[in-house]
Amino acid sequence: MALVLTEEQQMLRDSARGFLDEKAPVAALRKLRDTNDETGFSRSLWKEMAEMGWAGILVGEDHGGADFGFVGAGVLAEEMGRTLTASPFLSTSILAATALQKLGGDAQRQEHLPKISAGDAVFALAVDETRKHGPQKTAMKAEKHGNGFKLSGDKTFVADGQVADNIIVAARTAGAPGDAEGITLFLIDAAAKGVSRERTVMVDSRGAARLKFDGVEATGDDVLGEVDGGLAALEGVLNAGRAGLAAEMSGAAQAAFAMTMDYLKERKQFGTEIGSFQALQHRAAHLYSEIELMKSVTLKALQDLDEHYGMAGIVCSLAKAKAGEVAKLAAQEAIQMHGGIGMTDEFDIGFYMKRIRVAQEMFGDAAFHADRLAAMRGY
Amino acid sequence: MSDIETFRKDTRAWLEENCPAEMRDGAGGEDNICWGGRNWKFQSEAQKIWLNRMAEKGWTVPAWPKEYGGGGLTKEEIKILKSEMRDMKARSPLESFGIWMLGPALLKYGTHEQKLHFLPAITRGEIRWCQGYSEPNAGSDLASLQCKCEDKGNHWLVNGQKVWTSYADESDWIFCLVRTDPKATKHNGISFLLIDMAAKGVSTKPIKLISGKSPFCETFFDDVKVPKEHAPGIGAIVGDLNRGWDVAKYLLTHEREMISAGGGGLFGGRGIGEIAASEIGLEDGRLADPMLRGKIAQAEIDGWAFLLTLERMKDEAKAGQGVGANSSMLKYYGTEFNKRRFELLMDSGGSEALEWEGERTQDGKLARSWLRTKANSIEGGTSEVQLNIIAKHILRLPGA
Repeated sequence: MALVLTEEQQMLRDSARGFLDEKAPVAALRKLRDTNDETGFSRSLWKEMAEMGWAGILVGEDHGGADFGFVGAGVLAEEMGRTLTASPFLSTSILAATALQKLGGDAQRQEHLPKISAGDAVFALAVDETRKHGPQKTAMKAEKHGNGFKLSGDKTFVADGQVADNIIVAARTAGAPGDAEGITLFLIDAAAKGVSRERTVMVDSRGAARLKFDGVEATGDDVLGEVDGGLAALEGVLNAGRAGLAAEMSGAAQAAFAMTMDYLKERKQFGTEIGSFQALQHRAAHLYSEIELMKSVTLKALQDLDEHYGMAGIVCSLAKAKAGEVAKLAAQEAIQMHGGIGMTDEFDIGFYMKRIRVAQEMFGDAAFHADRLAAMRGY
Repeated sequence: MSDIETFRKDTRAWLEENCPAEMRDGAGGEDNICWGGRNWKFQSEAQKIWLNRMAEKGWTVPAWPKEYGGGGLTKEEIKILKSEMRDMKARSPLESFGIWMLGPALLKYGTHEQKLHFLPAITRGEIRWCQGYSEPNAGSDLASLQCKCEDKGNHWLVNGQKVWTSYADESDWIFCLVRTDPKATKHNGISFLLIDMAAKGVSTKPIKLISGKSPFCETFFDDVKVPKEHAPGIGAIVGDLNRGWDVAKYLLTHEREMISAGGGGLFGGRGIGEIAASEIGLEDGRLADPMLRGKIAQAEIDGWAFLLTLERMKDEAKAGQGVGANSSMLKYYGTEFNKRRFELLMDSGGSEALEWEGERTQDGKLARSWLRTKANSIEGGTSEVQLNIIAKHILRLPGA
């Protein structure tokens, strides 16, 4: 498959760019932050996105989706990254839609996918329990209880967990923290008895929460996939999230870079544009090269998810690691080259640095994925 | 069977029949290349047979038109030929600066007569060419070159010096950038001239490098008379007089693409991590040196991302998208990456990789290759020149 966007995907990108520039620029995120918005995104904007088919971008047409595949979802994530658009796109339209489509039974799909497509339900994926990503470290217990289970434990860094209607949570039905086997995914109603949540105000002003499960009851019908399905099933969903985050970071990095290049062409010091200084030109040219590499791996990861979902892990790690490092570099260079103005809250660059920091940490930072890649490569 | 399947079947059969067993060892590396030329000493009879059979078929340079000694193959056919050769581990029958550089220049800027005269001898490996670009005072600032070329009526008179001429001491002819108009601005007085190395007044002197090898020479022109026509109707200058910079620029882009595409070949073999694992060993399934393991993993990520970028640029070009100046980006990143890769291979090799002579290391093969890579980011335009080009032509930064 050629490593370029198809015409259809390019059209999706162009229309998304036009829409987001108008309806969801960085100023919209700034407003959510300044008003301490509890939801963390605009519900009416999300509804509009759903009407355009974005919420169900991965969902099959039989469930009201656009069925555009992971490359399509990545195109949208990248465009939202450019404008730092706050929405439940990652949590609901990428993570939950992937989990339901790949692991869900007919009844689960029938119940939830149409709501996702319509933008009527927000989902959250709760995996991590400690500071650093590590699905294998899952300790949260799901003990047998009658015909069902009782879930107890804490989750952290749950994107959109503060408002989610449904929570997909990884818990241990067997084994000990560190084991690859014995992990099961449950689909829990956020209003269920025993679920409590604490909204965590994060550096990037996006919605997130810590969740507490205190003897939450679940039946066999609430299991997503197989009991003890293990890491493999969860990894597939995480890979989709990692590729989505890589695409979002790619968009954010490209936007920060474009702002920086504009600034180099207009800001004057020593009687000339600072962009004429070779010290800055070479750094800009190096960053340009890194961004090109990031774009290639990100697209490849999305294509691999579409073409051979089960084997896309290594390329998704590659994309998440590379995009994390490059986007961080883009944010750092953006602030340094903007100088003092880049440090001010009034200027938008800071928002990019903050979001990139969060996105590169979520579902494994560059070191996590480099380690994973080395292990997969046998060294 | 479709035409293309027939082509594959016929190609395989022909290669099976004609490629000598000794040429199927997959041997690469500069030591095993067949360069051809008047002074060429074949490594073996098989090397000679292989060259002659492939040349006769036009497959030493399959992309060139048949009338100029090439194979006249389509891109798809070339891909098949290459994949079939790879499958049987066939060596390349011939490599040369004639194929890589002069050929493309002649095909784009030469006259039909020049092509007919010079190209077939390249495809048959009869004439070996070298490239005379850099001068002692014209390196990165190539356009400031001073090698003098005066019009003496029926001949050109050339005086000056070239440097970093690859294999000049073993070559038959040289394609050279010379100054034909000293009064014009620096880019506008240069011409692209073809000179017979056997001409009176041409001399060469090898330069010994840090690798201990001497792939480059200094080349001197001392009152060298170059006929205006090498044969009736065969001009000595390629392209228009004083427009040699156009040809040079075209070839530099071509050279950059070649150097960066060479990056692709590097990954054909074993990965850095795999090599390090066999040399240093594993502990609990992880490389026994954890810091090195991390560095290697980072490098493999970048190397892989670079390969995918090469692929994407090719696909974009095919789809009519993309930016021409990206060859500078690929040259910059690919050569810098290659240096990094060899530093890690040296780290993995430890003290054994430092043995300079002896069978154990094949006379310091890795160490010499490591040193060779240091030139990657200098030749064909330094990394800093590539960054300048990106800043100017892609980022459009002021004053660049």
